[in-house]
Amino acid sequence: MTDFTTWDIVRNLLLAARWTVVLSLIAFIGGAAVGLVLTLLRMGGLRPVRWLVRGYVDLFQGTPLLMQLFLAYFGAAVLGFDVSAWTAASVALTLFTSAFLCDIWRGCVEAVPSGQWQAARVLGLNYLQSMRHVILPQALRLAVPPTVGFSVQVIKGTALASVIGFVELTKAGTMLNNATFEPFTIFTFVALGYFILCYPLSRYARYLERRLYGAGIR
Amino acid sequence: MALVSVKDLHKSFGELEVLKGIDLEVEAGEVVAIIGRSGSGKSTFLRCLNQLEHHDWGTIQLADQRLDGTSMTPGELSQNVGMVFQSFNLFPHKSVIDNVMLAPVVVKQTPKSEARRIAEEVLAKVGMSDKIDSYPAQLSGGQQQRVAIARALAMNPKVLLCDEATSALDPELVGEVLRVLEDLAKEGMTLILVTHEMKFARDVSHRVVFMHQGRIHESGPPETLFTRPQTPELAQFIASVV
Ligand SMILES: Nc1ncnc2c1ncn2[C@@H]1O[C@H](COP(=O)(O)OP(=O)(O)O)[C@@H](O)[C@H]1O
Ligand SMILES: [Mg+2]
Repeated sequence: MTDFTTWDIVRNLLLAARWTVVLSLIAFIGGAAVGLVLTLLRMGGLRPVRWLVRGYVDLFQGTPLLMQLFLAYFGAAVLGFDVSAWTAASVALTLFTSAFLCDIWRGCVEAVPSGQWQAARVLGLNYLQSMRHVILPQALRLAVPPTVGFSVQVIKGTALASVIGFVELTKAGTMLNNATFEPFTIFTFVALGYFILCYPLSRYARYLERRLYGAGIR
Repeated sequence: MALVSVKDLHKSFGELEVLKGIDLEVEAGEVVAIIGRSGSGKSTFLRCLNQLEHHDWGTIQLADQRLDGTSMTPGELSQNVGMVFQSFNLFPHKSVIDNVMLAPVVVKQTPKSEARRIAEEVLAKVGMSDKIDSYPAQLSGGQQQRVAIARALAMNPKVLLCDEATSALDPELVGEVLRVLEDLAKEGMTLILVTHEMKFARDVSHRVVFMHQGRIHESGPPETLFTRPQTPELAQFIASVV
C-alpha cells in the first residue's frame, strides 16, 4: 500500500490540522469566557460559591484530560444524550481550559497589591467598579504571558480528542499510518505540525514575559 | 457640634485588642496630629474612621450622620472622608489626571469635562499641573504623594486622613508634601494625620493626640503637650523621637 505519496500525507495532515486549530480556538475562547466568569465568582462571590468554583477547578486540574473526554463522550451517552465527538471534545476541552485559566487569572488578580483595593475603596468604588477600573487592568497585564503560554497546552490537549474519534491532526496521522505503515514519516510530520502551531506561541509568551518584567509593572 | 465624633471605639484582631475605647471629637477646620509608638493602634484608628476596618464597639459620627454600620455606602463615605496612604497607592496604569478623575466620574457620575476641570484645579493646588499626563512610575515619591492628595481632594471630602504620608519618602522630598498639607490646613481643611514629623505636628496642628497601647493616653495643644508632658510614657516618647 504505497500509493500514498509524501505530498498526499502532508496534504491530508494539513487538512486535518484545520480541525486541530478550530478545536483549539473553540476550547480557548469558550474556556476564556467560562474562566472569566469563574474568576469573578471565585474572587467576589459568596463563600459557598467560592467553594464550588474551587472544587470545580480542583476537579479538572486533578483528573487527566483523557478521562474528562471519555466522560463527556461516553458519559453523555449513558445519560441518554446523543453527543457527537465534536460536541464532547469542545465541551471537555472548554471546561478543562476554563479551570486552568481561572486558576491562572485568580493568581494574577491576587498579585495586584492590596493597597490598590484599599485606594479604590477609599475613593468610593464598589467591588465591581474597583475590579473593572483598578484591579483587572493591572491583572490583565500580568495575565497575558501565562495565558498565551497555556494556549500551547490547549493545542496539545486537542490531540487527546483523537481517542473519541474526532479527526484532527493526531487522528489523521493514525489513520494514515494504518493505510501506509510508515509511522516514522507520518508521526514526524504530525509532530512537526504541532510544533509549527505551538512554537510561535511559546516564543511570544516568553517575549511578553520579558517585556512585562523588563518594564516593571510598578 | 463637632464634625467628627468618636465614642468608645473598640477594635480587636482576634485575641489582640488594638483599640481599647477611643473618644475623640474633631471640629471643622481643626488639624489633629496623632503620634505614638509603632503598634499603638494609630493606623487601625484611621482605618476605622473610613471603615476600611470595621470596629467592634462604639460609634463614629460625621456631623449628624452615623458613619459606621450600613448607614453610608462607600460612595457616600468617600465624599465625606478622604484618605492618603503611606505608600501612595496611585493606580499605576492610569495617568495622573486619570487617577484624579476616576472617582468623580465613576462614583459621583460627574460629567467628564467637569471632572477634568476639578482634577486640574486640585492638581494645581498640590503643584502638579505640569505632570497631568505623566504616569505614577515617572514621578518621584513626593510627587506621587501630592497626586494622591489631589486624588483624595477631588471627591471634596469634609475630612482628610493621612497615615504617615511622608514616611516612605526620601528626606529631601518630605518638605514638599508637608507644605501641601500645611496649605490645606491654612485653607481650613479638617485634617487628622498620623505623623512622625514632630516639628510639623508642633507647627501646624491645633491639637496633638498621643496614642499608647490602644488608648488616647494624652492630648492637648502642641505647645503644652510637647513642653509639659503629663505622663512618663509621653515624656519618654518625645525624648525618643527628638
Ligand atoms: N489586619 C490586621 N490583623 C491583625 N493584626 C493587626 C492588623 N492590623 C494591625 N494589627 C495589629 O494591631 C496593632 C496596631 O497596629 P497599627 O494600628 O498598625 O499601629 P500603628 O499604626 O500605631 O503602628 C499591631 O500590633 C498590629 O500588629
Ligand atoms: Mg501605622
